[in-house]
Amino acid sequence: MSVTSRRRFAAIALASVAVLATGTACGNDSESGDGPITLVVDVFGDQGFGYEELYKQYESEHPNIKIQERGKGLGLGDYNTRLTQQITAGAGAGDVVALEEGTIVQFYAQADKFVNLADHGANDLKGNFLSWKWEQGVTPDGKVLGLGTDIGSMAICYRSDLFKAAKLPFDREQVGALWPTWDEFIATGQKFAAADKKNKFVDSATNFYNVVLMQTAGSGSGYTYFDKSNQLVVGSNPDVRSAFDLTTKMISAGLSNNLKSFSNEWNTGFKNGTFAAIGCPAWMTGVIKGQAGDAFAGKWDVAKAPGTGGNWGGAFLGVPKSSKHPKEAAELAKFLTSAKSQAEAFKKVGNLPSSPQALSDPAVAEATNDYFSNAPVGKIFAAGASDLKPVYLGPKNQAVRDAVENALRSVEQGKAADAAWQDAVKNGEAAGK
Amino acid sequence: MSSLETTAPPSVDPSRSRRAARRTPSGFPWLTRLDLRVTPYLFVLPFFVLFAIFGVYPIIYTVWIALTDRSPLNATISFVGLDNFVELLTNDPQFWNAVWNTFGMFVMSTVPQLLIALMLANALNRRIRGQMFFRLAIAMPIITSTAVVALIFSMLYAREFGLANWLLDLVGIDPIDWRANRYASWFAISTMVDWRWVGYNALIYLAAMQSISRDMYEAAALDGASRHRQFWSITIPQLRPTIIFTLIISTIGGLQLFTEPLMFTSGSGALSGGSEGQFQTITMYLLDVMNARFRWGYAGAVALVLFLLIASVSFVNYLLARRISSDK
Repeated sequence: MSVTSRRRFAAIALASVAVLATGTACGNDSESGDGPITLVVDVFGDQGFGYEELYKQYESEHPNIKIQERGKGLGLGDYNTRLTQQITAGAGAGDVVALEEGTIVQFYAQADKFVNLADHGANDLKGNFLSWKWEQGVTPDGKVLGLGTDIGSMAICYRSDLFKAAKLPFDREQVGALWPTWDEFIATGQKFAAADKKNKFVDSATNFYNVVLMQTAGSGSGYTYFDKSNQLVVGSNPDVRSAFDLTTKMISAGLSNNLKSFSNEWNTGFKNGTFAAIGCPAWMTGVIKGQAGDAFAGKWDVAKAPGTGGNWGGAFLGVPKSSKHPKEAAELAKFLTSAKSQAEAFKKVGNLPSSPQALSDPAVAEATNDYFSNAPVGKIFAAGASDLKPVYLGPKNQAVRDAVENALRSVEQGKAADAAWQDAVKNGEAAGK
Repeated sequence: MSSLETTAPPSVDPSRSRRAARRTPSGFPWLTRLDLRVTPYLFVLPFFVLFAIFGVYPIIYTVWIALTDRSPLNATISFVGLDNFVELLTNDPQFWNAVWNTFGMFVMSTVPQLLIALMLANALNRRIRGQMFFRLAIAMPIITSTAVVALIFSMLYAREFGLANWLLDLVGIDPIDWRANRYASWFAISTMVDWRWVGYNALIYLAAMQSISRDMYEAAALDGASRHRQFWSITIPQLRPTIIFTLIISTIGGLQLFTEPLMFTSGSGALSGGSEGQFQTITMYLLDVMNARFRWGYAGAVALVLFLLIASVSFVNYLLARRISSDK
């Protein structure tokens, strides 16, 4: 190799270094001018949010906008981890992002990284949302962080064929009448267990626990692991303890199928049909249909839940400041959370609207679900929605909840309930530190 | 060699070498000297630039963040000195549980892994039928993705409908809940690790064995040494540097064990590694602290302590492996 060619190589080496250096420095090129704008919508969950038709409608009404959705099939935990990093880094998040009920509080602290939707006329829409839902989307100092999509009022989804085989009532009215309280729910489960040795009564301790907790806390303290000033109260909140105790009672009655919620085994449990009932916030109907599949169409039904009220889950749509098109993104978020859009999403994936107008829309209120034996899901879920009492969830809610759920799973695996409660408090306090 | 061309030995023909010097396009000898001095650095520069961005900077940042209470939940970042380290070392049973799990699984997977690899390599080093096939076959697991391996093994070790429990059932043993029992979970995860890495280590040992001179074995055979004796007195001592290498690589990999135990459970809270942290490793705990509890500063402290653990265990392994051969 001659000196010249060596020098040329040196130049190439230098150039490649320069390219690398600049390559890492710049991110996405911003689109400018009047060309079409692409808005990215980030959602989570196996079923997504059911917005496909709405995107098409919006694109046809706004020819300069293209919509791209990410995240369908992504679990909430992974989704939230990624979103937290993107928001903190100030890059990479979508133009419109879904914020789940349990995690939106975490983003109150980073409200300056989100567009205040009040600047885009969101305050005029206040009447389009249930008041408690609206308030959850607003930070303590009054910034509108997110607009509500759906809520999760409770019912029990059950397998009418298994109930029938176990000589239990299987008509949804009669089934609902079986369990005015959770204790009677467990008693029904014991009857089922006596008649059916093959299948279990409920899917898991964790699902049962969360349904009971959100209901107990809704009618009780109004919060779970953190009180409204974000003090950790996992060991002292009587609502947590009573939900925990009720769950361990259910486990010791042998009613749990021991399938960890949202795990592969849980999904398989739906497909194999190995349990007869599951605590059923409105969005769960979409999960069941997606996981159990056509083989179980018409075998599932929906009945009233024990107790009263209670909300579990639901989400909001927000616009991160990193969006290149905050105005257009805010408009899209407003469109997707409008009463009409919420009714459409309800039809697609069963997410119960958070808008009173949508809830009273006949398309929702009189809706039946053919997968669930034509159950009047609109009536069952929407009935209690307007007088639901919301539950406050602290910023580290998910971490503490994982610790308590782990303790309950250790009971399923044979640990004594008292020792598990000690674990739940100890690990919950470590997780919430 | 190119460098010899330009500085050709003058003894042959002095005029040619002068012509050669004049042939450089610049005609400035100092530029040539500068070129010779600087160019090698330019060649290695891309690596160091990348290393600085992806290696040095994160390490320095980790040290800094470990001294703060940084969290996405805090509007401000405040300096907390060594508080994170003090809490980690004195008041964090979950961390020490993770350390115990990590070392337990490290020993449970690495010891059989290296022994089996050694035996496999020794077997493949002989003349056997289908030698090429077997040598290729043991290397196959390396090309499969860790996530896929973990997923398949998770199914094999499923509580219900799992192959492992079905086999146990055939010999009359009650099914095991592989995720509930600490040692059962360690065993299951160790088999995943070993399935993937035995072949890799065997291949390295095999390569090293083939560079051992045949003469030594012949001489030993003439002296009446058995195959067994030859293995322990020639093969093992000759493999010493290779064994040290595989030990250190396995230590680094073993103490950073992550994907296999993470994929062993699915759904939310998989980072907690079992209902009671039965198989939560240090790296899983690190991510748990960072992504679920949002304590980024504390996670930085966990990362640094993990780094020190790996460095010290590698050093101990090195000291132990040095004693393998008695003749040095």
